[in-house]
Amino acid sequence: MYQDVILDHYKHPHGRGLRDGDAEVHHVNPTCGDEITLRVKLKGSTIEDVSYEGQGCSISQASASVLNDLLVGKEIADAQRIQGVFLELMQSKGRIEPDDAMEEVLEDAVAFAGVSKYPARVKCALLSWMAWKDATAQALSVEESV
Amino acid sequence: MNSRPAVLTGLLDTEGIRKDFPILDRLVHDGKKLVYLDNAATSQTPRQVIDALSEYYENYNANVHRGVHVLAEEATAGYEGARDKVAAFINAPSRDEVIFTKNASESLNLVANMLGWADEPYRVDRDTEIVITEMEHHSNIVPWQLLAQRTGAKLKWFGLTDDGRLDLSNIEEVITEKTKVVSFVLVSNILGTVNPVEAIVRRAQQVGALVVVDASQAAPHMPVDVQALQADFVAFTGHKMCGPTGIGVLWGRQELLEDLPPFLGGGEMIETVSMHSSTYAPAPHKFEAGTPPIAQAIGLGVAVDYLTSIGMDKILAHEHAMTEYAIGRLLEVPDLRVIGPTTAEERGAAISFTLGDIHPHDVGQVLDEQGIAVRVGHHCARPVCLRYGIPATTRASFYLYSTPAEVDALVDGLEHVRNFFG
Ligand SMILES: Cc1ncc(COP(=O)(O)O)c(C=O)c1O
Repeated sequence: MYQDVILDHYKHPHGRGLRDGDAEVHHVNPTCGDEITLRVKLKGSTIEDVSYEGQGCSISQASASVLNDLLVGKEIADAQRIQGVFLELMQSKGRIEPDDAMEEVLEDAVAFAGVSKYPARVKCALLSWMAWKDATAQALSVEESV
Repeated sequence: MNSRPAVLTGLLDTEGIRKDFPILDRLVHDGKKLVYLDNAATSQTPRQVIDALSEYYENYNANVHRGVHVLAEEATAGYEGARDKVAAFINAPSRDEVIFTKNASESLNLVANMLGWADEPYRVDRDTEIVITEMEHHSNIVPWQLLAQRTGAKLKWFGLTDDGRLDLSNIEEVITEKTKVVSFVLVSNILGTVNPVEAIVRRAQQVGALVVVDASQAAPHMPVDVQALQADFVAFTGHKMCGPTGIGVLWGRQELLEDLPPFLGGGEMIETVSMHSSTYAPAPHKFEAGTPPIAQAIGLGVAVDYLTSIGMDKILAHEHAMTEYAIGRLLEVPDLRVIGPTTAEERGAAISFTLGDIHPHDVGQVLDEQGIAVRVGHHCARPVCLRYGIPATTRASFYLYSTPAEVDALVDGLEHVRNFFG
């Protein structure tokens, strides 16, 4: 479960720290007390930045770092597709063996495939992704209302 | 470094005892020996109890108290015999004071509900106060919060000292003339602390408050004498003391059980029923509505026999030696902080700790990969984590079959965790 990729992201997180954003959310995982505060900054239909601060286990922290790597600079629609694929992988209970096509989409995030075998830890891996989804929806609704 | 003393005194013959627990031979994760250190969550089950459960289902499975046939009579004798055994185990003055429930949580909810429905002088209402402590298991917090919300009573609690003990310095302000009930844990499941019963009971008696003791982490590990405790109610749970799940105990003083109203209604708990009203059976049946957990009660009776045959004072001595050794060894691990008393004095064998800023989930997972089973999280005592400013802990907890070698395995395992995340 603890792939080197995951440990690397945990020890050296990418894009950590809160920066300017259009929307901010705070999500917690009540079973283990993992927490994340996450901001999304949009520029037109592009994700300009995802910044975050949090505490929790290596899985939840590494997952936020991978998310930052994958989604910053992407079109929102593409990012949503990536999120959908990651969600599918995490809900696969270990049954999906990522192929090249999936690795193309998820890059480092395929390392979390093993985590999907541990029901107690899937929520840790998804924490930042759910926060991102929530924050993006909020940022979009702010944009529409102006 | 290995600081194991040449001889630890007071240890049980674990080699012999472990033969009674088939599960302890299990290999996990491709052939690793299981090191089971999650005994505060649930204990393992000896062959004697497993056999008693099979024997019941194979030979005399029947409903209790109503049949006239052989099986029903044998089942009733088994179920009521278990009550005798439990009564003797806790030195209850009468077997009729032992109520079977499904677990300690139900026992505590039963008391809270009785007091909500009771007449004076026991009634908890808006002008009265309920006292608990900050180190309670959620099972001894939430029922009282519910009672307070439903009745308007005020919920108060004792805080904790930095070294993991109850802060009783303001006992006169916490327990007052308005206090109707004081409910506290005898041994904490997260801190391991053994609480000073006498001081609390003395003050409660001064003001005429009832005393409820949560003995879930005490009854499995030390002699518990309800008369010596001088409490009014004592709750504990079968699955932590070598018994099956699905069976708990509430002991209550006879005159209280006579006066207090029932909680659940149904079969078994009545004397006569008409469409307008019913009269109730005397305790304990008044509080045991419906078909009880028969096999589980019988299993608990056999568990009690098993523990008694080894001797509760010997089990206490074994765990005391284990705790002393484990704390000493754990404190050798760099960055390890024990949450709770750091000596074995007035302390049980559940030891919570943090390891630097490595999250307990990661600690637990990497230990599991080595076959070592511990508990991680807030252990259903979240206020304790808040009090000490930590999100969660890792907890190792020992029992009569635990060995110093398992402590060594834990310490080696933690070293591996540190290297892994370091
Ligand atoms: C101190 C304490 N009280 C109450 C309980 C609740 O026991 P049960 O879950 O069997 O009702 C536990 C066990 O988890 C406990 O450790």
